[in-house]
Amino acid sequence: MKANSPAERIFNGIVKENPTLVIVLGMCPTLAVTTSAMNGIGMGLSTTVVLALSNLFISLLRNVIPDKVRIPAFIVVIASFVTMVDMLMEGFTPALYAQLGIYIPLIVVNCIIFGRAEAYASKNGPVASFFDGIGMGIGFTLSITVIGFIREFIGSGAIFGQPIGNLADYMPSIFVMAPGAFMVLAFLITVRAAIINKMEAKKGVRLNVTHTDEEGAYCSGCAFAANCAGKLQKEAKAAAAAKPAATPAKPAAKPADKAEAKPTDKAEAKPADKAEAKPADKAEAKPADKAEEKPAEKKEEVKA
Amino acid sequence: MADEQKKFLNVSANPHIRDSITTQKIMLYVIIALLPATAFGIYHFGAYTIAVILTTVISSVLFEYLYEKLMKLPITVSDCSAALTGLLLALNLPPEIELWVCVVGSFVAIVIVKQLFGGLGQNFMNPALGARCFLLISFASRMTNFAYDTFSGATPLAKLKAGETVNTYYMVIGNEMGTIGEVSVIAIILGACFLILMGVIDLRIPASYIASFTVFIALFGGHGLNSYYIVGQLAGGGLMLGAFFMATDYVSSPITTKGKIIYGIFLGILTGVFRVYASGAEGVSYAIIIGNLIVPLIERWAPLKCFGYVKPEKGGK
Repeated sequence: MKANSPAERIFNGIVKENPTLVIVLGMCPTLAVTTSAMNGIGMGLSTTVVLALSNLFISLLRNVIPDKVRIPAFIVVIASFVTMVDMLMEGFTPALYAQLGIYIPLIVVNCIIFGRAEAYASKNGPVASFFDGIGMGIGFTLSITVIGFIREFIGSGAIFGQPIGNLADYMPSIFVMAPGAFMVLAFLITVRAAIINKMEAKKGVRLNVTHTDEEGAYCSGCAFAANCAGKLQKEAKAAAAAKPAATPAKPAAKPADKAEAKPTDKAEAKPADKAEAKPADKAEAKPADKAEEKPAEKKEEVKA
Repeated sequence: MADEQKKFLNVSANPHIRDSITTQKIMLYVIIALLPATAFGIYHFGAYTIAVILTTVISSVLFEYLYEKLMKLPITVSDCSAALTGLLLALNLPPEIELWVCVVGSFVAIVIVKQLFGGLGQNFMNPALGARCFLLISFASRMTNFAYDTFSGATPLAKLKAGETVNTYYMVIGNEMGTIGEVSVIAIILGACFLILMGVIDLRIPASYIASFTVFIALFGGHGLNSYYIVGQLAGGGLMLGAFFMATDYVSSPITTKGKIIYGIFLGILTGVFRVYASGAEGVSYAIIIGNLIVPLIERWAPLKCFGYVKPEKGGK
């Protein structure tokens, strides 16, 4: 799949960087409202709407918003959409609205939305950002619906609100309380990791987050970029190459990554000005002579 | 190499500890020490309790075996720790509990609390108490339905809290309502004496636990130094069972002397807070599992001294 294409973004949101089970963001709604599957669907879909629209708008405004006030600007955009969703839900789905209560207004501070705005939408084009929001939203919805389904069934013996006989008398109700949320979440994270790792080993496809993907451009949308081992290696390599001694770059401690061993054609072929608009990590992956020209500027940019 | 030879030709780093004590032996000692309380429970509550105890013990061992088989781990059923967990769990259940609840409890104790965290020695809280709290929250009405001679009513601790009179003499003997193992203080003390004599448990945790609890009750219990109230609080509920058999669990209690005393005091205060200020009458199991959770913090504050470590002099570099 082509990097940053709609299909790739949606796949990324559901499997590779599932916001609940991989990035472990948005824990407040994940743990608090998932007492039933319906709550999970309602919460997930309303978050998806806000996520997709706020990603789109933030991406459109990304060149207008000054860097120093970007967080308040994001909040304004996100809060506007949350208010719309809040009012629409109150009007059209009053039962669900009553059930979810305070957690609908709290979507404003949902860290998935913030995380995507900061890590992805503020650096990428509107179409990719919109589909990133859709993908993340679907990933979130699926995860919390499954959590809700399991908790509802084990905790209160019901499926989608339909009680099964008097099963409720025989089910441990701790699962609809707080401890059950943590248990089910931990269980799902484990199961997902086990399945994905097995599939990776078997089919040789990349389903985990990687930072040296041949397709490139992955770091741009990655929530882990700040303290990523792969990225740090790249930076160290670039720094070593940039030294005036002009010694060939030392191979990093673990030269396992393919992309590191040989820079991809794509990154090399790109003209410098175009690459500059993209985040720094990609530029750093470039061969040494190009990175040498403006390493200082870029570091500044990243820090700011 | 034969096992006999291995004993003599064992090459390992010092310090070389030669002792005949094994995990299995310690677990067996604890099981033996629990027998008086178990026997009294069976005598006091009737034959159905035998079924409860057997169910938890057998299902605990079975879950341990199945999990280890399934995960392709070495089978450690023979070290008796699962059987002990099952027995402790049974002693923490009300006498007329349904058997399937016992099986759920064993599953939680062995699989969720113990094996998922790495098996014996890795569990972050006492498995039996973890399971008891799980059941207490999940099946509140079943777990607080104490019956005795087909007459169900409040435990002496609940009566004490409600201001009714209790017979402290009966509470010490065990002629009262409660969970299977907690009723008789005398039987528990008997088993605890055996453990202390055999050197299995350290008196520091139970002593500091009970002492700090007594002080807390005297100060904040609302009855001052009323000996009747204090004895009632000490003999009622799971305090004795918890202090001697649960809080002293090797895995989930601190190692150092200082740590043990801090841990005991913490448990005493927490139990007092739960009993005096919380809505329920009992607080021992919650106090101990919360205590288990802060053990890593206690051990940071009271760390184990390395073998041969000399404290650097103050002022020197």
